[in-house]
Amino acid sequence: MLPNQLTPGSFSGYPREARQTAIQQIALLQRLPLAFLPLLLRELIVYDWKFPAERADLGRQFAYLGTLAAGPFQTAMSAFAQLKLTRDLEKTDWVNSPAIFSEQLSAHLWATHQIDAFRAAAVDYVQKASASAPDPALPTHRLGIAVIGQGVAKNDYRLFRKLGPQGVYFTQVKHVGGVEVLLKAAAARAEAHPVPYGHWYIDGGASLDVPKSVTRISYDALSAPRATLQERMQKTYEAAVFDPEAFRTMLAQIKPEEAGLHSGGDEVLNRFQLSLLTEGSGTQVFSTTFVQWAAREALRRAQPLTLVTRFAPRQREKQMNELLAEHQRKPELDPQGSLIDADMGAYYTWLNQQRLPGEEKSAFLAWFEDHDEAVAIAPTLERGKRSDTPIDLADLIARLA
Amino acid sequence: MKCATACRWGCDARRITRADAQEFLQTIKSLPIRLSDPVSYDGLFSMADRHGLTVYDAAYLDSAVREGLPLASLDNALCKAAGKAGHKKRWPAPLCSIIALKRLAYMHVSDLRGRKPHEISQAISLNRRNFLRTVTGAGSAAAFFGPAALRGMAASKNRKAVVVTFGGGARDDETFMPDGQENIPHLLKELVPQATFLTNVVNKGILGHYVATASIVTGVYETFNNFAAVSPNNPTVFEYYRKDLKRPATDAWVVAPSNGFARIGESGNKQYGPGLGAGVILPKRLLSAALSSASDGARYQHLLRDNYETPLYAPSLAGRQIELDQMAAVLKLSVDDFAAHARNLVSPDELSVYIARQLMRQISPSLLWITLHDIDIAHSGTFSLYVDGIKRTDRLCAELWQAIQKDPEYANKTTMFILPDFGRDSDIDSGGNGFQHHRTGDAVSRTTWMMALGPDVKQNVVVDRRVESTDLIPTLGAYFGFDARLSTGKPIAEVA
Repeated sequence: MLPNQLTPGSFSGYPREARQTAIQQIALLQRLPLAFLPLLLRELIVYDWKFPAERADLGRQFAYLGTLAAGPFQTAMSAFAQLKLTRDLEKTDWVNSPAIFSEQLSAHLWATHQIDAFRAAAVDYVQKASASAPDPALPTHRLGIAVIGQGVAKNDYRLFRKLGPQGVYFTQVKHVGGVEVLLKAAAARAEAHPVPYGHWYIDGGASLDVPKSVTRISYDALSAPRATLQERMQKTYEAAVFDPEAFRTMLAQIKPEEAGLHSGGDEVLNRFQLSLLTEGSGTQVFSTTFVQWAAREALRRAQPLTLVTRFAPRQREKQMNELLAEHQRKPELDPQGSLIDADMGAYYTWLNQQRLPGEEKSAFLAWFEDHDEAVAIAPTLERGKRSDTPIDLADLIARLA
Repeated sequence: MKCATACRWGCDARRITRADAQEFLQTIKSLPIRLSDPVSYDGLFSMADRHGLTVYDAAYLDSAVREGLPLASLDNALCKAAGKAGHKKRWPAPLCSIIALKRLAYMHVSDLRGRKPHEISQAISLNRRNFLRTVTGAGSAAAFFGPAALRGMAASKNRKAVVVTFGGGARDDETFMPDGQENIPHLLKELVPQATFLTNVVNKGILGHYVATASIVTGVYETFNNFAAVSPNNPTVFEYYRKDLKRPATDAWVVAPSNGFARIGESGNKQYGPGLGAGVILPKRLLSAALSSASDGARYQHLLRDNYETPLYAPSLAGRQIELDQMAAVLKLSVDDFAAHARNLVSPDELSVYIARQLMRQISPSLLWITLHDIDIAHSGTFSLYVDGIKRTDRLCAELWQAIQKDPEYANKTTMFILPDFGRDSDIDSGGNGFQHHRTGDAVSRTTWMMALGPDVKQNVVVDRRVESTDLIPTLGAYFGFDARLSTGKPIAEVA
């Protein structure tokens, strides 16, 4: 099937809002090249469970493409149209299974050495679509907070090596109140600027209480879905005839309630949490990976104004000789390794925050939990400086919030 | 001015094209370079006069002293002057190119705040090739042709080669860049000073570990499914070696991490193929077989996991017992001893190196290929475990080199090549998730390094021209005297 063969009936399998949007845009969709359209449909097919920011972004793309005259439209799509695809790809059910199509497309582009051309085309498209409309004004600047190093008493690792050059490294942070102070600041921002999915708290262990205005997810709260998914994955893995494609389809089609995420709750959030476990690599096993990936996805998709991430110790990776030992030790945690993971995770979280609109005003705090060290980044703070002056954590966050 | 001058010299010497020069100068323009005036031009003149330096070079020294930064220079007079001026911070000559890159990288990262995503991307996607070549060109050329380049010992007629892929996928950031150097003390302090070090090795193929290794082994960018248990389409180095040089089957071996590499030793090419390849040992598979009779399989499941990249890959292969018997015969190692030894090792790569050393002791193959893979734990998203993998691989490479030097069958007649199969995604590319994967195909994930050590290889030399990972097999061809006729690569003259 080719894009110009699309009809409204092609989208009968789509959820309600996705179907409506597709039918509304069908004239545009019919004009898009096959190397591009399924990637757009991959986003559209889950429209009903998209965050507001994602819906706005899709709307912007439709507006950008829809308002281009014939010539510029052709120019915008020419790089995609020039990619050589196969008949097999055309035959794929890319309307109803765009995710599977995009995996096959990706493999094809790599194998035929077209991945670089595709990559360049994608970057160019995103830049032009983003530039086509001004970024909406934010009610306030963004604030990211990363709490790292839970459970580490003594540390020899040089922390904040990547974040440090971006802001001020504080060495005398008086942390009375600790995490609660930071969550309180997040809650205050949520109250002052109520935006759906605009304020988040992600915890790598058991989460602390926050008002409902703050979207909260935690690794511990997802222990049942994690176990269910791991069991399913294991069964498929051990099957007599292993079919990777069927495995992918199984993961893509699993519903939140099947994984133990309660129905009747926040369907958008449930889908989001499920995606963290089915699409993330290592998120099912390591809590540090879970927090970093969840933060990345929350920033990319929900574009929150406030994001608090708290990394907790992950399980320790056993060495080969331990695995081979007759009597294995009980599962242990690895606080020191987790600190190193979290230090990098905090840097990635800052980088991802900087990818969002309003980056010139955004602020970020990374704090070594229960210790005196923190890095604060904000337009008002000098870069690459060190401060040995004692400062309260509450005062520090107040300067950033 | 200096950069433009270096470019002019590069053009005149035909080391670079004018288009390369223009591209590089454009890159320089896009960088947030901070200009720093000397405190006093009189002072600068005095410094130049005192140390017999040009005023330009005195300005470098003045800048390094005032900023408290290491001096990255291959200029003897300048380094000597730095010593006299009490400025001890200096990097070893072969690392100057890397350090220069570090300095530039720091400038990039330090000025990202408040930038738009594409600006960040543009700022960081430094044209590594041009930078390394132009900035280090003079230095490396001097090192290559000057007295610093120590000639190796005379070539032995009975040559051997050991190839180690520094697997699976390590970035410059965690190896030769400033923050990464603490992870590779053995490479930096022991091996690089004895090596010709190629800083700019590009892999233009598919960035999956099996298919990428197959591409290196064949010298052709293979295009099969990375997760399929298939033979490479093109003849492997082992087939060229054995057929052209009429070498026996026992003379070429591969030690590889997982079942996925079972067919790496022999291609499906009709002119070569069956009977002409290398023996392949998959230590984890052997271990699985050795333990399965007496142990709880589930207990070892994690250890025997085949691939870090995807849980979707589990090729099942038969013939375990036969392999175990063969192992016992070939390596003169009982199954019990093998299993007992494994219990004292911390990782599958240690097991691979143990097997490789056993091969060296028992049958001394002339062509030995070892694919390490611990680093690929990065796919789990745990930075500390990824770095642990790099540290372990660094140590294992040094141990292998030491073993080569101590073994009379190998000492003074063996060249060892070490190279990552490719890098991993950049922190900056929004399409990836930094070190975790190698999916974007960006420059960081495609560009890596290679070093060669041995009696025929010049020591303490940096080569910064671009080569490709497919060039290794023709290089081995030139070294051994076989014709890698179907390879698309070219021999690397500096190490061939």
